[in-house]
Amino acid sequence: MDPMATSRRNFLGLVGGGALAAGLAACGSSGPSSTPGSTAGAAAGSGTTYWFLTGQPQQAIREAQVKRFNDANSGSKIKTTEFQNDAFKAKIKTAIGAGQGPTLIWGWGGGGLKAYVEAGQVEDLTDWFNGQTDLKNSIFPSAFTAATVNGKLYAVPGETVTPIVLFYDKRAFEKIGAEPPQSWGDIMDLVPKFNDKGIAPFSLGGQSRWTNMMWLEFLFDRIGGSEVFQSIYDGKANGWSDPSALKALDEMQKLIKANGFIKGFSSITADSNADQALLYTGKAAMMLHGAWTYGNMKSSGKDFVTGGHLGYMNFPPVDGGKGDPTDTVGNPGQYMSISSKAAQADKDNAKKFISGYTLDDATVDAWVKSGNIPVVKSAKDKLASISDKNDSEWLNFVYDTAANAKNFAQSWDQALSPTQAETLLDNIAKLFQLSISPQKFADNMNAVIGQ
Amino acid sequence: MTVAAPPVAPTTGRTVSSGTGSARVGRSGSVAWMVLPALVMFFVFGVVPLVGVLVLSFTQWDGLGAIHPNGLANWRSVLSDPQLPHSILVTFEIMILSWAVQTPMSLLLGTFLAGRQRYRAFLAVLYFIPLLLSSAAIAITYKALLDPNFGLGPGLHIGFLTQDWLGKSNLAIGVVIFIVSWQFIPFHSLIYQGGVRQIPTTMYEAASIDGAGRVRQFFSITVPQLKYTIITSSTLMVVGSLTFFDLIFVLTAGGPGDATRVLALDMYKRGFMSNQMGPASVIAVILVLLGLALALLLRRLGGSTTASQQEGA
Repeated sequence: MDPMATSRRNFLGLVGGGALAAGLAACGSSGPSSTPGSTAGAAAGSGTTYWFLTGQPQQAIREAQVKRFNDANSGSKIKTTEFQNDAFKAKIKTAIGAGQGPTLIWGWGGGGLKAYVEAGQVEDLTDWFNGQTDLKNSIFPSAFTAATVNGKLYAVPGETVTPIVLFYDKRAFEKIGAEPPQSWGDIMDLVPKFNDKGIAPFSLGGQSRWTNMMWLEFLFDRIGGSEVFQSIYDGKANGWSDPSALKALDEMQKLIKANGFIKGFSSITADSNADQALLYTGKAAMMLHGAWTYGNMKSSGKDFVTGGHLGYMNFPPVDGGKGDPTDTVGNPGQYMSISSKAAQADKDNAKKFISGYTLDDATVDAWVKSGNIPVVKSAKDKLASISDKNDSEWLNFVYDTAANAKNFAQSWDQALSPTQAETLLDNIAKLFQLSISPQKFADNMNAVIGQ
Repeated sequence: MTVAAPPVAPTTGRTVSSGTGSARVGRSGSVAWMVLPALVMFFVFGVVPLVGVLVLSFTQWDGLGAIHPNGLANWRSVLSDPQLPHSILVTFEIMILSWAVQTPMSLLLGTFLAGRQRYRAFLAVLYFIPLLLSSAAIAITYKALLDPNFGLGPGLHIGFLTQDWLGKSNLAIGVVIFIVSWQFIPFHSLIYQGGVRQIPTTMYEAASIDGAGRVRQFFSITVPQLKYTIITSSTLMVVGSLTFFDLIFVLTAGGPGDATRVLALDMYKRGFMSNQMGPASVIAVILVLLGLALALLLRRLGGSTTASQQEGA
């Protein structure tokens, strides 16, 4: 027999996945890096730890928060580890499952948080947070939905509210002599006009899959209203084969068949920001993407933003659709939970950090300066002080989109359970590859409802 | 790392009993402990995880909470999932095609490099470079080069290179096979180079006297003499390609759609992205069984004398 071959294969198979995920993170330009933390504080238990995502400008703001905290609390410093987006998602689940997770668990709330709650891995923060009246009242009420499981609060909203926005290049519209789309019909009419001029109508980082999902989120809402996804979320049987859902999927494939997206979209990743580059280099005319991309387009796109070429709008209505045109989707906030496995001293330390340093004045200022709307109501007051005309217009737009939305839906892959989310992303990739029909998509998805 | 699995480890029993003379027999006990480190490693990192995976395949676990046994439910759901035959098909497609590309090229290159001329030694060093790079780095580089909008083709305005390489199912599989071959041909050439150098030169001299040309010599002497080297190299390729993960994960993430989702990737996605450790373990067990079957099959092909014929590997 071949004991070595078997053992190695099996060993690789079992351990390889996790090890590789960690290894891959180390390969990126922004791999994990740790701050040397204090181990002296005996009262600090095993040490308060905090893992978060790389990528500017968010990364610098998070680092500054921790620095302020550590400077003020030299006896109980927080140790941080930074990860790239996809590496973080894989690593944090594995680490928490193995009891090796950080004290402060950063996340997107929704289905992922629910899985932690069901496994008893995160602390119930309801009572403690009710005592934090000032903080509680300062945060947008819409941000709490994704942090609440079975009526209890398991995470505190923080950071920014980021709706998905339809970005466009004003120069491209000048070239074809057209106006930005006011309806789904306009979008379909614009597609051949842009293609004739050699400009791709839409940029898309399709390999990341959640990028494709944003399209469906809007089409579902505009065609059938917010109830369509709500009933799926609530676990109603056959929610995906609602007639409006099938129509939305069908419209999606029509746009793909009409060459609405840039050539090669299914091999472009959003992590590398190549999809944004396609927009600001003039290769694509429009892009549906999160509000968080503004900062990078401004810093990497030369004069694209500063020269006033970037346009943006909420996703247009679909003719005859039932959805409210003010509805939006995206991230109503980011969330911080506290590990239930941490030592009491670390938990207290983490609470001190959340209540005093995550939405303090310095942080809110930094978010606004970086072109983001933090999840606090006071953000509106800060907008008046922005001197840059482009930034000011943009921030007011984001604030109004978020504040005026009749329904601010959470991104599907965050709202659903990890099992449903992965099946969803998988089928979305196939739908965009035109390898499955809308009906088949609905059947595949109906099969995992409630899992 | 995937190629490092030795197909046939000489068993300790043979080493011990082939110790010379009866005087040593009494001391064989003192030699047997030498196998302990390997045995402990094998047990801890081989047998224990294998048993763990087998047990997990009969349970329901999301990687976070408690583990609940659920009988054969995982096996039923995985075996009836159309994704499984598709992943097996893709795995074998990549395995067979990459074998078919690598073997003839490595054989020719290895024979060429076996010559003692100085320029060949220099070329051998150059050929070896791809093997020094990590798979993740190779994947990132190729991904950038093949980008349909910012890659090599559009950059240099070469129409042929400007294709949606990683966005079309057949092209993507072709690209994976090309990169795998590019990466591992140097390694297998090295094995063949060693093999060719072991062939006694007298055979070639005799053949020349009989009037055999170079081509005839290659097919009548070199290839038959390399039989066991070919089997060794093929085993490494076949077993290695079962665990291709890093390259494909970075390059296409199994896409477009699921065109390049091999078994190892399917296992990872189920386990670490869907949080379904049970079904992922089922696939791990299937991978182990497939690997075992293939390794046994290749040993059969090589006959029972493989161990004594290992040259250059």
